[in-house]
Formats: sequence, structure tokens, C-alpha cells
Amino acid sequence: MLNIGGLHEGVVIDHIKAGGAMQIYNYLNLEKLEQSVAIIKNAKSSKMGKKDIIKIEGPITVDLDLLAVLDGDITLNFIENDVIVRKTHPKLPKVVTGIIECKNPRCVTSSDTERGLLHTFKLTDPANRIYRCIYCEQKFKGHL
Amino acid sequence: MRHLITPLDLTVDELNNILDLAGRIYRNQSIYSKVCDGRKLASLFYEPSTRTRLSFESAMMNLGGSVLGFSSADSSSVSKGESIADTIRVISYYADICAMRHPKEGAPLVASMYSGIPIINAGDGGHNHPTQTYTDLLTIKELKGNLSGLTIGVCGDLKFGRTVHSLINAMVRYPDTKFVMISPDELKIPDYLRKDVLDANQTPYYETSNLEEVLPTLDILYMTRVQRERFFNEEDYIRLKDSFILDNKKLELAKDDMLILHPLPRVNEIATEVDKDPRAVYFKQAQYGVYIRMALIMSMLDIPEPN
Repeated sequence: MLNIGGLHEGVVIDHIKAGGAMQIYNYLNLEKLEQSVAIIKNAKSSKMGKKDIIKIEGPITVDLDLLAVLDGDITLNFIENDVIVRKTHPKLPKVVTGIIECKNPRCVTSSDTERGLLHTFKLTDPANRIYRCIYCEQKFKGHL
Repeated sequence: MRHLITPLDLTVDELNNILDLAGRIYRNQSIYSKVCDGRKLASLFYEPSTRTRLSFESAMMNLGGSVLGFSSADSSSVSKGESIADTIRVISYYADICAMRHPKEGAPLVASMYSGIPIINAGDGGHNHPTQTYTDLLTIKELKGNLSGLTIGVCGDLKFGRTVHSLINAMVRYPDTKFVMISPDELKIPDYLRKDVLDANQTPYYETSNLEEVLPTLDILYMTRVQRERFFNEEDYIRLKDSFILDNKKLELAKDDMLILHPLPRVNEIATEVDKDPRAVYFKQAQYGVYIRMALIMSMLDIPEPN
């Protein structure tokens, strides 16, 4: 496998569906981070065949639980002093505000007069990871 | 302070109380004629509506209250780009309760987040229209005596028709309800209703495109119009609009005590000859709409029952 170098401290977002890394990069606004971010595309995976990986160096300030909304298979490996100290799956947040967008053209969030309105989704079916817009109840379909 | 945004905002018990109050108002309207003296209803209609707007305004006037508002977005500050939040903050100082219709889905919910007065959703696009649903329920309850054990046929545009979706959502909460869905293939109910509402509540239903076949089994026939504004394609609208027309000949197949409901306006899905049939209660339904709105206004303003 391609080696990007180990992390002394940070997080490895592993088991991203192949091709999904850039979407996650954009949703998490990783371009705004000052620290190093490595994106590995199409890495070999015994479980998935191919997968993407994102490595973020340093203390994590972004909300990684959002990743559960996008991809239920993602693993988060938290690294301190060169060792993995915690391996978790992101937890489905009950509410997601101001990050994912409702695409329903009839939703009030699409209205020109409501520009300040934050797009907000509620977890309505945890077993199937279904989020619905709180305004129009349209399902979020932007999964990876 | 409570708002009414979706038909499921009220529990079955709360809704039954509203239906009972509406029934009492219907039977003895005069004693309620001053209970909202000095109260004002803001009627904020961002898109045209004859029936719902006038029904709300009539309801408030019947209670002795008064009405202010606008009947289209062009005649409001929205034409200058004002947000719903700003509009309702201001209107909260002018009125005691607000009925809002808006073409965008979720607009009344936005209003409720910023409002100092109770908001009643009077229809938000193709989404929710709770007072229409409660009108339908009051009509059925008053004329059938109860809301349990009924076989309800819904006919016409079941894909886009919000009144049908809301009726299904509301009626699955009552015991032994059965649904018969009558529509062309193109206008069948959405999957989420089938799965998340009917199957989830274990409500039996049958889907068909043949009205005559199922008419003898129905206690209620809820007709809907095929709405032009819900179609993106004019050709599809013209091809499907006359698909399911109820006339006297078909009605011979129905039970003697079946009720025909329709949210109105009717286009041509019910032949006018049916209007004289005692089973045709769609105009009576519009009358019940005023009583349910009176009951809701009273309840949401915490107006006590007059002595």
C-alpha cells in the first residue's frame, strides 16, 4: 500500500467508500484547516476491495460524527504519540444543522427571502440512517 | 403557546376534544358568537386561496373576533424581499393568532420559530394542510358517528394530493381503519406512505385502478382532483385528469350510507348530477371546515367554553 507516513497525533478516517474522500473533505470544510491533511484514494482493502482514507494531523476541531450521516461504514482511528488510542465509528447525530443541504426546490430553505435560514435535518430512522429536512420532510440523499 | 403545523401535532385525545368542541359549536353556534370579542386573526396568505382563507376569516368572525391580513404575496412586504421571520415578528404585535398559507413547504414552521402568537398552517405547498384534514375527520365523525372501523376509498391523484396523504396519516391512528387506493398507475401513493405509515401501523390497504370494482365495499369515498399545478408536463395532466370520474351510474354500486367527500375545488372528477345524491357531502364538508377552525382558534387562544 502507498505509505503517506505515520501520524504522531491526529485522526485517520478509514474505510471511506472509494471515491468519497473529496466529498468528505468538502463537507468537513477541511480546506480551512491549517494542519496537514492527506487524502488517499482507491487504497486496497481486504474488506471493501477499494477504499479512501483521510489522515488529519494534530488536534481535531471538526465534528466527525457528521461522517455517520454520509457513510455508515467509516472507522475513526484516533492517534496519540504514534499509537492508535481509540477506534470508533462516528455516531449518528440526532440533528444536523448548517452542513448538508435540502435539495427540494419546494422547500422553504430554497426561498430567496429566507437566505439566513440554516438547513436542518433530523434523524427520523436510525436503523436505516434516514435524515429528513425539518421543514419539508424530504429525505437527505447525499450519502456516499 | 401551541402551534398547529402538521395534522399529527395533536394527539388523538387532543384531536377528539377539538372534534367534540367543533360538534358542540355546530349544534349551538350562537352561544359562541362573542367568545373572541376583541381578538384578532392575522390571515397571511402568500398564495391565492378562496375557500381556506374565507373559512378562517368566517370562523374568527363567527366567534366575534376580527381579521386582518393579506391574500397574496404581491400585496405584502415579501414583494420587497422581507423574510417570513421578520414578517411574523411584526405581525405578532398586531394580532392574537395567525393562519398562514405559503407556497413553500415548511414556511409555517419557520414562522412558528419566531412568532409570539400561535400559528396555524393553512397549507404549505404540497406538504401539510392540517385544518383540511381535521375538517375531513369532523365530517366523517359527525355523519358516521365515529372514526373507527371504516373502509375509506381515496380516489384520483394519490401521488401529489396532500389532502389524501394527511388523511391517511390521521386515520391510521383510529382502530380498524382500512384503505382502498384508487388511482392510475402514474398517480399511486408515494412509497414512504405505504411503508412508513400504512405498513408501520399495520393498516390494511388495497390498491386498484378500477373504481367500480371497489365501490360496493366503501364506507367513505374521498375524491380528489388531478391538480394541474402539481404536474411539470401539460400532456401528462391532460391525459390523466379525467381518469376517475364519479357519476350517478357508478354510484348505483355504492352502499346507501357511503359518504362522498372532496376537499374542493372540484373540476370534473364528480359529475354535477351527483350533487343531489344524499351521499354527496362535500359542500357540507366545507361548512364543517368553519366549525373546526372555530374550535381550533378557541382552543389555541385558550378561550374557555361559554356558560
